[in-house]
Amino acid sequence: MSQLSHLDALEAEAIYIIREVAAECEKPVMLYSIGKDSSVMLHLAMKAFYPEKPPFPFLHVNTTWKFKEMIKFRDETAKKLGINMIEYINEDGVKRGINPFDYGSQYTDIMKTQALKQALNKYGFTAAFGGGRRDEEKSRAKERIFSFRNENHAWDPKNQRPEMWKLYNSKINKGESIRVFPISNWTETDIWEYIKRENIDIVPLYFAAKRPVIERDGQIIMVDDDRLKLRPGEKIEYKNVRFRTLGCYPLTGGIESNATTLDEIIDETLSAVESERTTRVIDNEAAGSMERRKREGYF
Amino acid sequence: MSGLLKFITCGSVDDGKSTLIGHILYDSKLLYADQEKALELDSKVGSRGGAIDYSLLLDGLMAEREQGITIDVAYRYFTTEKRSFIVADTPGHEEYTRNMAVGASFADLAVILVDAKQGVLVQTRRHARICALMGIRYFVFAVNKMDLVDYSEERFKEIVAQIQELSEELHLASVKIIPVSATEGDNVTTHSDNMPWYTQEPLLAYLENIDVSEKKQEEGFYMPVQRVCRPDHTFRGFQGQIESGAVSVGDTIVTLPSNEHAKVKSILVGDKDAQTADAGRPVTIQLDKEVDVSRGCVLAKDTKLPVSKKFTATILWMDDEELTVGKDYLVKLGTRTIPGILKNIQYKIDVNTGEFIPVGRLRKNEIAVCDLVLQEEIVIDAFAKHKTLGELILIDRISNMTSACGVVENPTLDETKDLKCAFAHGNLKANGDIFEEYYYDLEAMNVFKVQPSDKTYTIGDVIPVKGETYQYPDSFDVVVLREQVAVSIRDQKVTAIIPLADFAYNDVPVINGRGFAVHVTSAADVDAFKKELSAEGREISENFFNKWVDFETYRRIVFKDEHWTE
Repeated sequence: MSQLSHLDALEAEAIYIIREVAAECEKPVMLYSIGKDSSVMLHLAMKAFYPEKPPFPFLHVNTTWKFKEMIKFRDETAKKLGINMIEYINEDGVKRGINPFDYGSQYTDIMKTQALKQALNKYGFTAAFGGGRRDEEKSRAKERIFSFRNENHAWDPKNQRPEMWKLYNSKINKGESIRVFPISNWTETDIWEYIKRENIDIVPLYFAAKRPVIERDGQIIMVDDDRLKLRPGEKIEYKNVRFRTLGCYPLTGGIESNATTLDEIIDETLSAVESERTTRVIDNEAAGSMERRKREGYF
Repeated sequence: MSGLLKFITCGSVDDGKSTLIGHILYDSKLLYADQEKALELDSKVGSRGGAIDYSLLLDGLMAEREQGITIDVAYRYFTTEKRSFIVADTPGHEEYTRNMAVGASFADLAVILVDAKQGVLVQTRRHARICALMGIRYFVFAVNKMDLVDYSEERFKEIVAQIQELSEELHLASVKIIPVSATEGDNVTTHSDNMPWYTQEPLLAYLENIDVSEKKQEEGFYMPVQRVCRPDHTFRGFQGQIESGAVSVGDTIVTLPSNEHAKVKSILVGDKDAQTADAGRPVTIQLDKEVDVSRGCVLAKDTKLPVSKKFTATILWMDDEELTVGKDYLVKLGTRTIPGILKNIQYKIDVNTGEFIPVGRLRKNEIAVCDLVLQEEIVIDAFAKHKTLGELILIDRISNMTSACGVVENPTLDETKDLKCAFAHGNLKANGDIFEEYYYDLEAMNVFKVQPSDKTYTIGDVIPVKGETYQYPDSFDVVVLREQVAVSIRDQKVTAIIPLADFAYNDVPVINGRGFAVHVTSAADVDAFKKELSAEGREISENFFNKWVDFETYRRIVFKDEHWTE
């Protein structure tokens, strides 16, 4: 028996999981965040069902603070692949003027966590694929591939269903739902190497380019539109910057880099001294912050 | 290159397994800088204080860090120049056995820690047993804390002998034993100067070089169907993952359980056309003709796969609720989910000692050999032959909990052949349930039965008319409805075994196959009994039993307290 390469083994595992969910779950949806992990997930879904299109829609929870380039990329990708892309915005939050500058962690809760819950409830989705990886954060390292949420979308880390071999148990009661993480076992390097091997399109923000940025709280923040108000002493500079993760532009720190090709990105990643989530502002707050938020219903 | 290695680490509370993995990550400079920072920070605020606590790398949940123990499986990822690794770090406590089994079901290799001071303990035996049960074939025993026994070769040799004994008992396929110190770093990533007498590879080098594919070979090609892909009327493809062997365009395959033959018309690996595809690949296979195949069916070639509804499996109970014999569960096996009943617990296997114990119930983290019956026939095989068709989970139909996992020992349990304690004469066979014992479990507060030992009685044999929970007369007739056989007992001896159709009333008490009195005292009664029975059809109703049969005449229920063993 010839042994599968490392990437082939990860790909096969993910496709198996995606097919199982499509076959067993009543109303699945794939969360699509426009980031590189989502691009890989979408690619895997296209492969899993080929020549059929994925038999479920994709959902983008838009905080209205995403990079402009992300939204453009999202719309082009959906059109090109002929998939059903649902956008959901927490309109109540928009009306109340919830923004990342004045509301801090409340912003993430209202525009991301609450918005996601509202969207899942509105459409009655019973299973939602996410691109979470276990190498991202300590509490994720403990999460199963099929992760169950009660009717309030909360996670109970102390009472996870045992997950044996690849016999996923997709049975749920009314009101409950499942988060499914097909690329749980991938690392950041695997993601980049797979993007390269499969020639997957990603948002250009991942590649270094001259971009208008400011330095704020030790992070390089891109000035994507005029909603970002400069504080005293801050000034816009043009720097060669790229992003290792993508989210809301005021909360996503870039890194100075000259990497303009996938090979250069992979080189940088392999020699990375900081793991990727440090450029997301929320994670460093206190040990266990991610676990706390997941229990409350964060994806 | 050697591909991905998935391994599990197991050890007891203070064996230091998290420290061992933490050390590999740290030594190999595989830690990202900010993880290192968080680690030092956590150590300082944590109660242990002082030096870097490597185990904090792995114990990710808040409750775990508070209690200083590992509760759930944590997965860690690292890559060396030679290989990529995924390690499942699992809890050692007996109460978290099921979480250890989760990690074991995922892994190809187990690293089991043994404390050099203590040697092989009951928990070492438990860990090795669970890993072997879940299908792990490669074992590395890391004899840890060698620094605390002065790096003594003599002590190491004593432990090697203990491990070899365990390995023989569990029939472990591949065993490697390495003396290490996780805290000091001896023989973890680099060869230790403290143990010049150990000249073989250190742990990490061994993990980098081991080939775990060799013992995975299975006979033939098979693919359980996950779904049928039908984008339009011109295309009908079966999607699934090839579990063993290879398949090529033009091959003739058999579809199971429908047992039709067809030729492979096309193969897609992912979204690419292929002439051939081998084990592990996600494929879409088109056949040259219409076949009766849907999710849960299996495509196969060059191997014979059993189709069956009754089978024997070793199961690990994982639910907080106890196992109830006779309750129906959803059984998921391969890609098939189907109702099934757990009919009988043959015996429990003590996870620590391996001893067989007859029981009537099973609690969380206990292992037992059980008989199951499914609603209909499915493709199923012994775990040792075709792994994927021998793995199963039981799902509680109300709580949806994954109540148990199991591995198939015997895929085709034949009740007439495998009958225990049967009456037999020529072609006639009947079960021996009249020798079952009924107990009331004082702790669980429920009634359970214990099956008799397998003994077959034929004409001329003396039978035990008195048991712990039953007392029959010296002479009586047994009518076994299931097998349609009647047995005559005179003066405690079997005097006749005849077809039920030929049975007539003989002026002795009549007892049914389960040891319950039948209310007949004349030939006319027997005629009425037979007439009503034949009107009952296959499933005999409760009304019939309540009218004709009585439990208390010869049987009673005996109280048993908690730790009942034979």
